[in-house]
Amino acid sequence: MSSMKIFDIAGSALSAQSQRLNLVASNMANADSVSSSINETYRSRQPVFKTMVDQMNPQNSAVGVRMLGVVESQVPLQQEYAPDHPMANEEGYIFRPNVNIVEEMANMISASRSYQNNVEVVNSAKQMMMGLLRLGQ
Amino acid sequence: MKLGDAFGIHEQALKVRSYRAELLASNMANADTPGFKARDIDFKQALGAATIQQPRMKTTHQNHISNATSGLSPAHLRYRIPTQPSLDGNTVDMQIEKSAFAANTLEYQASLGFLNGKIKGLKKAIRGD
Repeated sequence: MSSMKIFDIAGSALSAQSQRLNLVASNMANADSVSSSINETYRSRQPVFKTMVDQMNPQNSAVGVRMLGVVESQVPLQQEYAPDHPMANEEGYIFRPNVNIVEEMANMISASRSYQNNVEVVNSAKQMMMGLLRLGQ
Repeated sequence: MKLGDAFGIHEQALKVRSYRAELLASNMANADTPGFKARDIDFKQALGAATIQQPRMKTTHQNHISNATSGLSPAHLRYRIPTQPSLDGNTVDMQIEKSAFAANTLEYQASLGFLNGKIKGLKKAIRGD
């Protein structure tokens, strides 16, 4: 039945948004993970969303969403001169991640709002289905 | 009178509304997808197309493709005009989509109500009391 697709669509969005929330949590948790090498430093991870085209029916216009992948932010890392720091390298520098906490907070609010919206869609769709099932009783 | 005709336009209306619910859910699911363009249907046109009786082709083999479609095609889709276009090319306005979805759900329930009324009437006629 075609109207069951609404659960797939909203479900795909729930999954994508929760993955986005996971990435936000990861970024925030590692916001202060300093390292002594520029290559080992944690970089802010951002999700890339893409519409999920129905392979069997590309004409179909009601499509879900999926996370295409994760990209690492290319913002330059912060280099800090702290010779007393235990993680400092030979020159006395430490590297801080390029996580922007304010950006991540905004991202988190956006993701959780989108998640809530899709939960509401699922609830409404459930009510519609229940009404349909009760038809004629 | 065929029993299938007893429901009048409500059967098709229910179909178009459930399709519209899918479409609006898809818009909301892709609220954060870069480059996604929000779409909606021209309800009048879609309902008109859904009510046209298509002659159904007979399928005699399991691999035959039936032409029995819901009568809904991408031709009835319209792109939404964004009021506040975003930089990433996404045109989903959550407020518009949410209110349209709520209204559509209500209309769906109304269609169900009409169908329930029709069924009650038929039951009454069958029982004859």
